[in-house]
Amino acid sequence: MADKQGAKLAAGPEQIVYASVLEKGMYIGLLILFITFALYAFGIMKPYIPLDQISQYWSTNVHDYLEHAHIKTGWSWLGMLKYGDFVNFLGVAILAGVTIVCYLRIIPVLLKKNDKVYAVLALLEVLVLSLAASGILAVGGH
Amino acid sequence: MVVPRKSSSVLLPKLGLLCLLLCSSPVMAATEEAMAGASQGHAWWFWPLILLIVTFVMGIFAVLGGVGGGVLFVPIISGFFPFHLDFVRGTGLLVALSGALAAGPGLLKMNLASLRLAIPVALIASACAIVGAMIGLALPTNIIQIALGATILGICVLMLTAKKSEFPDVQESDRLSSALRIYGVYQEKSTGKVVDWKIHRTPLGLCLFIIIGVMAGMFGLGAGWANVPVLNLLMGAPLKISVATSKFLLSITDTSAAWIYVNNGCVIPLMVVPSLVGIMMGSLVGVRLLAVTKPAVIRWIVIAMLGFAGVKALLKGLGI
Repeated sequence: MADKQGAKLAAGPEQIVYASVLEKGMYIGLLILFITFALYAFGIMKPYIPLDQISQYWSTNVHDYLEHAHIKTGWSWLGMLKYGDFVNFLGVAILAGVTIVCYLRIIPVLLKKNDKVYAVLALLEVLVLSLAASGILAVGGH
Repeated sequence: MVVPRKSSSVLLPKLGLLCLLLCSSPVMAATEEAMAGASQGHAWWFWPLILLIVTFVMGIFAVLGGVGGGVLFVPIISGFFPFHLDFVRGTGLLVALSGALAAGPGLLKMNLASLRLAIPVALIASACAIVGAMIGLALPTNIIQIALGATILGICVLMLTAKKSEFPDVQESDRLSSALRIYGVYQEKSTGKVVDWKIHRTPLGLCLFIIIGVMAGMFGLGAGWANVPVLNLLMGAPLKISVATSKFLLSITDTSAAWIYVNNGCVIPLMVVPSLVGIMMGSLVGVRLLAVTKPAVIRWIVIAMLGFAGVKALLKGLGI
């Protein structure tokens, strides 16, 4: 009886799988973000924009910042990982990308349960988040 | 001299509050003063350090006031710091996202956040958050600033007037939620009671998440302030399920909006990391203070802070 109630109260298998992937991704992302920030802030890695000049940019709008600092949008930061400021984007990308991995991971679990509707919804979510992450959706801006 | 336990439990909340106010007011004053002379130039670490201190205090208030970090972060930082709203919104989304990612696994494992409830809602909200983020980055800053101010003042009204229902009375689930099998069971730890829950008015609730998603993306606020009333009062999910699912939901909604801001260059690590650390450390302290403070008092302080920041954003947008 108690076992039956315990099973009823427990989270479903897809929920447990989602939670464990999310947990690992979150810890990895935060750890990388903090390590790379230390490399940047303590001057171990040379930044693209010198630390004493960054305050000239953060009060301008993003369009002017990108133009004056000659920074390209989208995934161009991947080509700038040798710089202390851009290496921080690794942690940001992991934090912003872990949800996509979580959804991809639960699709087989949902299909195994023959929960086709939720498998399709999860797949659609992967497509939505991948579209956002792709960098295709550039904004003209200001 | 021995201080009796009883008096320390009475004094502690007051002392804590006093410390918070003493810490936050000079920092805010210094921030405004320093902003006036921002062009005079400070050492590169000056603003990140102030950001760390302010977000630390903000993290405490966010936990005690029962609001997300993002909703405090964007209006306060954009109102009192020299950072442009574009970067504040990008950072605000990452702050809200990190908080949701940190809370998500535990809430899912405890079965308080419902993945079945979150998946359809998140699909709509995250798609609309992309649209909101794109609109937010395309519109002139003053328009966004005015809309942000109005939204923040609206949130204050919502916080003052919205009721909460611990166990809403849902007579019958609607056809859509039945088809999607959105229901569940959880145990209320305080009473040991096992609660069976189901939802209703799902189509209307999903429609409202279109607006919530757009606003979350446009202002970089996170959207717990709107998620909870819709899930709890409109759709009839129990309060704990609504709060937990809302927090988890932010990890998905904010992901889509955050990518738009990241891909459009609105992320400056020197703003993001101190803010994340500050909010996280503040939240940890806030959780400890939660046991000894009066939530009603803190809630009033949070509403007052939001109201002040909302008016400031409105005036800034209007150029006054």
